[in-house]
Amino acid sequence: MQILEVIIQGILLGGLYALFATGLSLIFGIMRLVNLAHGDFMIVGAFAVLVGVNALALPILLAAILAGCFMFILGYVLQYLLLNRTLGRDILPPLLVTFGLSIILQNGMLETFSADTQRLNMGAIQEQSIQLFGGLAIGVVPLLTFISAVLVIMFLNWLFYQTETGRAFRATSDNPEIAQLMGIDNNRIFALAMALAMVVVTIAGLYLGARATFDPLIGPGRLVFAFEAVIIGGLGSFWGTLAGGVILGLAQTVGAQINPEWQILFGHIVFLIVLVVRPRGLFPRVAG
Amino acid sequence: MAFLQTHHLTAFYGDFQALYGIDFILDEGETIAIVGANGAGKSTFLASLTGRRLVEPKMIVFDEKPIGGLRPAEILSRGIALVPEGRQLFPSLSVEENLLVGNYGRKVRGPWNLSRVYSLFPILKERKHQASTSLSGGQQQMVALGRALMSNPRLLLCDEISLGLAPAVIKDIYVALDEIRGEGSSVVIVEQNISQALDAADRLYCLLEGRVTLTGKPSELSMDRIRSAYFGG
Repeated sequence: MQILEVIIQGILLGGLYALFATGLSLIFGIMRLVNLAHGDFMIVGAFAVLVGVNALALPILLAAILAGCFMFILGYVLQYLLLNRTLGRDILPPLLVTFGLSIILQNGMLETFSADTQRLNMGAIQEQSIQLFGGLAIGVVPLLTFISAVLVIMFLNWLFYQTETGRAFRATSDNPEIAQLMGIDNNRIFALAMALAMVVVTIAGLYLGARATFDPLIGPGRLVFAFEAVIIGGLGSFWGTLAGGVILGLAQTVGAQINPEWQILFGHIVFLIVLVVRPRGLFPRVAG
Repeated sequence: MAFLQTHHLTAFYGDFQALYGIDFILDEGETIAIVGANGAGKSTFLASLTGRRLVEPKMIVFDEKPIGGLRPAEILSRGIALVPEGRQLFPSLSVEENLLVGNYGRKVRGPWNLSRVYSLFPILKERKHQASTSLSGGQQQMVALGRALMSNPRLLLCDEISLGLAPAVIKDIYVALDEIRGEGSSVVIVEQNISQALDAADRLYCLLEGRVTLTGKPSELSMDRIRSAYFGG
């Protein structure tokens, strides 16, 4: 029975990692931009929710919605005015610029919010759990996290495969120059993609802050998990990213059962194994 | 006033000059063929017309307005669409999605829509849910043509649409092109296949090393003159 509990916890943790990773996968898939500040934006999102709760005394759900809107605009403007200028044949400029952004964001948050650890309080559901058969229990917040990840991925799949905007996303991803000839404005498409990724990252930040403490400097560590989930799952498929998150979550939870110090190590080992055995991930979609 | 006119059009790739002052005129409803060897500047000419090379605004005048150097999306919305060389379909989009991208974000009135494209190329309707990469070369060329038509262009630019296709397929494509002209589009075809170009065009331009070396009606040009304009010497 304990094994079952470990597996369930691992899967639910995977939902959180999938939320970390989906925005990263979205951005890389559409514009081949590796956003090294992605983890820091997640912490910005968590702080944005915190400001809504503490300074504006809003209920957490409303604070999260407002934070999502704020991050949407931030992402759009940032991409339109700054990151679009770094895109081109050379992959180094976006790496350097987002690395710089990561440092700026960390220090900006340190100045504004201090290095104190923070936590988001989900209210009544924070510590609740659902009792299953045989004394098995699953936490409400981890379950909500996983459900949110599935809903986010369902929404993105609908957007990508059922709408005109999604066609433009995929066409631009395939061939930006020809997409422009079809009247698609790449700069706006990229800005919209970044804005969407920022909303997803805010949702991730919300659950990150509800499950554990956070401070301005933990972004890069979470970025590593996001990378691992994306690469395990394979580039270009959102469900693959969810699978990658779940595999990473399972590996870490199982590792922690054997020895609490091995949690992170086990995740990295599984990641390396996947990288060696299937370098393009388990469910790759992007060809060549 | 000509429908499309270029004045001393020059274009560069870095320090390399690809076009040396092209003067070109197309009247509304005309079909013009541009022939020339590899590297003559044909594709650069089309790239300039579609906003992919930086040129002076007044070098290209379309419908009495300067359009040189406008963004590709802006030029498309003025009514110039391109069928790019090598078809350049979007591999992760289905046949129908490729066609739909052709009128992205625009609702221009005109003869062309999905059902009209499918009646021009019935095979595409049967294959509409397939990946564009699963089609034969000729069918892919039909998708590329249909995708450009979806924007209801007033001027259709076709870059090497017969390249790599079997003769029977080329014939089908050019029959379709006749129907497209019948709907009122002006057409520019860029071809390496001279006899194909002579058959289809009202007038011909021959380019060599970035310059116009010959222009005229196919009936007035002898094969010898075209050959020497094509190869130089």
